[in-house]
Amino acid sequence: MSKLAEQFNQRKNFIAFVTANDPDMETTVKNVVALAEGGADIVEIGIPFSDPVADGPVIQAADLRALKDPDLPIEKIFQAVGEIRQQTSVPLVFLVYLNVVLQYGYEEFTRDCQKFGVNGLIIPDLPYEERDELTPYTDKYDLDLVPLITVTSADRIPMIAKKASGFIYLVSSLGVTGQREAFASNLAEVVADIKEYTTVPVAIGFGVHTPDQAREMTEIADGAIIGSACVQIVADNGTQAPAALKKYAQTIRQAIDQ
Amino acid sequence: MVTGNKAGRFAEYGGQYVPETLMNELNHMADAYEEAKQDPAFQKELRDLLANYANRPSLLYYAKNMTEDLGGAQIYFKREDLNHTGAHKINNVIGQALLAKRMGKTRLIAETGAGQHGVATATIAALFGMDCEIFMGKEDTDRQQLNVYRMELLGAKVHAVTSGSMVLKDAINAALQDFAAHPTDTFYVMGSATGPHPYPMIVRDFQSVISEESKAQLQDRIGRLPDKVIACVGGGSNAIGSFANYINNPSVDLIGVEAAGKGVDTDLTAATIEKGRLGVFHGMKSLFLQNATGQINPVYSISAGLDYPGVGPEHAALAAEHRAHYVGITDDEAVAAFEYIAKQEGIIAAIESCHAVAYLQKLAPTLAKDQVIVCTLSGRGDKDVAAIAKYKGVALDE
Repeated sequence: MSKLAEQFNQRKNFIAFVTANDPDMETTVKNVVALAEGGADIVEIGIPFSDPVADGPVIQAADLRALKDPDLPIEKIFQAVGEIRQQTSVPLVFLVYLNVVLQYGYEEFTRDCQKFGVNGLIIPDLPYEERDELTPYTDKYDLDLVPLITVTSADRIPMIAKKASGFIYLVSSLGVTGQREAFASNLAEVVADIKEYTTVPVAIGFGVHTPDQAREMTEIADGAIIGSACVQIVADNGTQAPAALKKYAQTIRQAIDQ
Repeated sequence: MVTGNKAGRFAEYGGQYVPETLMNELNHMADAYEEAKQDPAFQKELRDLLANYANRPSLLYYAKNMTEDLGGAQIYFKREDLNHTGAHKINNVIGQALLAKRMGKTRLIAETGAGQHGVATATIAALFGMDCEIFMGKEDTDRQQLNVYRMELLGAKVHAVTSGSMVLKDAINAALQDFAAHPTDTFYVMGSATGPHPYPMIVRDFQSVISEESKAQLQDRIGRLPDKVIACVGGGSNAIGSFANYINNPSVDLIGVEAAGKGVDTDLTAATIEKGRLGVFHGMKSLFLQNATGQINPVYSISAGLDYPGVGPEHAALAAEHRAHYVGITDDEAVAAFEYIAKQEGIIAAIESCHAVAYLQKLAPTLAKDQVIVCTLSGRGDKDVAAIAKYKGVALDE
């Protein structure tokens, strides 16, 4: 069983997110460790991209901060993962746009993920139809390719669910990432639909930011993904973010475990 | 013709690299388009609007003065600048809006660079009584204020996009995001032969009326095919439309002219095919101007319509297969051509189109007098007059 899927065996998961190199790589390492200490079960690390089309303003702004130097080497992000791995065994997932993987090289990127201890990939612009160009490599290097399912996926759910590994990222609402007050009303039905085709855990993200919302999502599904709210804490606290993130993670953890 | 297959591939280029949110909608669009293509009623309505609203067929104009002045090949211009709204963009917009109506959509959105595609979309939205919102980079709303006002006059809402470098690519990001948020009632009218399948195929098909007409018109006039076809390339919609019906005629050289900006050897360029590398962006695998790690580079051209870091996947395939070739023209050369064609032929052509004219000026004198060139004038240049005056250091009263 994949390390990501295994993570859901014990409890409902809280999946946190930070953008690499926002505001610098040293802080990113501390942020990930702090989130794990605060009670995150899985941490997503966003590899910054010049044009993050699936992301809302908060993560777009983080990508801009992280790409002060647009030539930021991807190797530096792998090195940061290596440093994180010396301090925590929390499962790690990269959120990365396909072009970054393509330019690094599919084989080289997936190989280095395994080498440095990344457990899975979320690639928002790699839908089911195009995944076959990457799966030979994710298979070879034992990486989960976490698929996205949305409330509009409908008859696409069976094929996506059957090929899923790690966990399934269920997108809570239409549009881009960012904090929301309301979610699609049919989330529970979509989760039930997915569960007909797979035993892979389902986590809900996009717009989740309050402890109550996190609990609500973990009542519907196996986990809650919180991205923009974590990134906003980094934006507000800069290099002081680790302490604030740890505190935030603790409140989310408590709410979920209630 | 290189047809988009089911997965929308042109050789290794194309595909559907978009968030899951959009996949069902794109697949519905592809299915609806295949049905519409076979439906005589749809085709009849399309033809009727092209003829009686857009002013087609556009002229194939023999440029006698330039032919004599340049002293080589015979020069014909395909006059897309004479279409309603002043550019080739209307051909595609009529087609996509009809498709949107057929799919029961009530709201049209579009990105625009120079503003021509936005104006065309706003125009058809007004005609069809549909809601319309246009996304335009803040840099472009500043340099094309007249077109912004024009769109507003037509009832569209214009969003000045302030993310990224605030140009065409950022407008596309914003439009894709809006489409992802409103997939059920909204149709994204893509302006160029770019983006995820089925757009490159749909836009190519709707623009191929350009070469369908030019082929028949030239046949009537001189009873043969042209030797060269030239068109400017940003995303590549007027060029793919100008090429489409000649792709299977190997004797016809197809030449796309990209914006070299300050020069292809500088960072201030938009010459994607010459300087770009294989990548994935805006839903397609194609050639992009990008850095070593895959971040998309800022691009530059005097022409807002060619200011795009990628190119349509069919052009990338035509270049790889050496069926078409692509050259760069600088700002300076395009501005000189803008003035030249105005003085020689009494035509004020769009600065985008003048990139093609500038290459034509270089090519024609090298060819024998029995050679024939068809060059597409993709749009009219009224929108550019103020910017060209500024470029030349001429002060105009506002």
